[in-house]
Amino acid sequence: MATMLETNNLTFYYPAEEGREATAAVKDVTLQIEKGSFVVVLGHNGSGKSTLAKHMNAVVLPSSGKVYVEGMDTCDEQLLLEIRRRVGMVFQNPDNQIVANVVEEDVAFAPENLGVDTDEIRRRVDAALEAVGMSEFARHAPHLLSGGQKQRIAIAGVIAMEPDCIVLDEATAMLDPAGRREVLSAVKRLNRERGITVVLITHHMNEAEDADRLLVMDHGQVAMDGTPRQVFARIAELKALGLTSPHTVELLSALNESGELLPLDAITVEECADAICRAFGGTVKE
Amino acid sequence: MLKDITLGQFFPGNTLVHRLDPRTKLACVALYIVALFTAKSFLAYGVIAVVLLLSIRTSRVGWKALTRGLKPILIILVFTAAMNLFFNEGTPIADVWLLRRITWEGLERAVMMVLRIVMLIMGTFLVTYTTSPIRLTDGLEALLNPLKKLHLPVHELAMMMSIALRFIPTLIEETDKIMSAQKARGADFESGGIFQRARALVPILVPLFISAFRRADELATAMECRCYHGGEGRTKLHVLRYEKRDYAVMAGFALLVVAMIVMRRLGL
Repeated sequence: MATMLETNNLTFYYPAEEGREATAAVKDVTLQIEKGSFVVVLGHNGSGKSTLAKHMNAVVLPSSGKVYVEGMDTCDEQLLLEIRRRVGMVFQNPDNQIVANVVEEDVAFAPENLGVDTDEIRRRVDAALEAVGMSEFARHAPHLLSGGQKQRIAIAGVIAMEPDCIVLDEATAMLDPAGRREVLSAVKRLNRERGITVVLITHHMNEAEDADRLLVMDHGQVAMDGTPRQVFARIAELKALGLTSPHTVELLSALNESGELLPLDAITVEECADAICRAFGGTVKE
Repeated sequence: MLKDITLGQFFPGNTLVHRLDPRTKLACVALYIVALFTAKSFLAYGVIAVVLLLSIRTSRVGWKALTRGLKPILIILVFTAAMNLFFNEGTPIADVWLLRRITWEGLERAVMMVLRIVMLIMGTFLVTYTTSPIRLTDGLEALLNPLKKLHLPVHELAMMMSIALRFIPTLIEETDKIMSAQKARGADFESGGIFQRARALVPILVPLFISAFRRADELATAMECRCYHGGEGRTKLHVLRYEKRDYAVMAGFALLVVAMIVMRRLGL
């Protein structure tokens, strides 16, 4: 499979505060993200996950090392617009990324910047709003929408650039559970139906459930890397990093401690129930 | 309490006045003001008043909304009227007490000045009431476009204006939140004299400003991420296009100005 994003020994320092030594926010990270994959990056505050995300469309440039977007070096200023068109970024606070006071005008912002023809802008705006299920709100004022809806507008605004990859930098952190579900299902659909690569930065464990790959960041480095099943099974390591596995895995692990021998790769509630039923000799009810 | 603050209030509608190109409306308002200041007689004012009333009727904007716009300038109106009444040379109205100071000429001028201001305000309000802020900024940007040759940052100004409009409700909401938070901790915004109340606002303004700067920073990053790089090579979702009705209305207002000049020359 082709590589969407690639970092080579990426290191980044924030400017040092007076009298303090600069600590690396991201330290010597080398990784590749495949085209069309759904990657979740987990980590607690200050683990460097957001800084890593900001390198993916040249908002932040590496202190040393390289970042490539589909083979394009993010340090090359000539390629800046093309890189940003291909990798769209959605941020945490929906209010601070909506530019216009009508939904469709906001979605049109990126294609307008790219100098797309008026008819084509119209088509893209309609398609983008359709893709996130917000068509009926095209003429609404964004400040009257809910958090989840605003964030879907922000995603539509990015899709209107027709990007190959979307990076969501804690885009669900300020939302209520319902809003989080709305945003996640919209993003998953885009990934499945259009093959858009998704990099989801979050600190909510359960958002990683259906990811193709899960990266756990700690102190600026990738501490764990694998499928969600593989990573969540390493309960002790996760605990050491201040993170927890989903409740289902926790339950299975607790049962194992009291002498059972259950597999730890059951993430969803159904899988977990199945595993327990099988272990205790019950029958699985449909 | 802050919810009812509205700036550049807009009443949506689908009348001829609403559908006119914003550039046409801005140009017409300019012509209308010229006409208003050229008018010298009650007859001339009458002609302009007819044009204004016709525009108001077609726009279906309510009288209440228009007269509400006059409230803040009531003091100015009274002041202007009084000044003109008392400080004009001419024949006094009557030979009793205060009336000795009021002249017929003064009375005429006072009525005319008040009419002029009232009509001026109503005309300009009609435009902001019938044009959405976005269309208004679009129109301004298009009209000022030639000034780009003089290196005036026309696009940037228009962008700033539309972002300011976009963030007014957000910041009002935030102010409300901060005020509630301060009140919950015992802040008092409602009692005391004007200075005391002004001082009570400082703890609101400081967090509001800090958050506004943070928002501005985040918005700038978000705009860059969506490939914003200034006005160069930018296209538009809604392109402004003049229709027949625009030319017709503009011609009408040009005619009004000509008529005013002719009437003035003829001493009518």
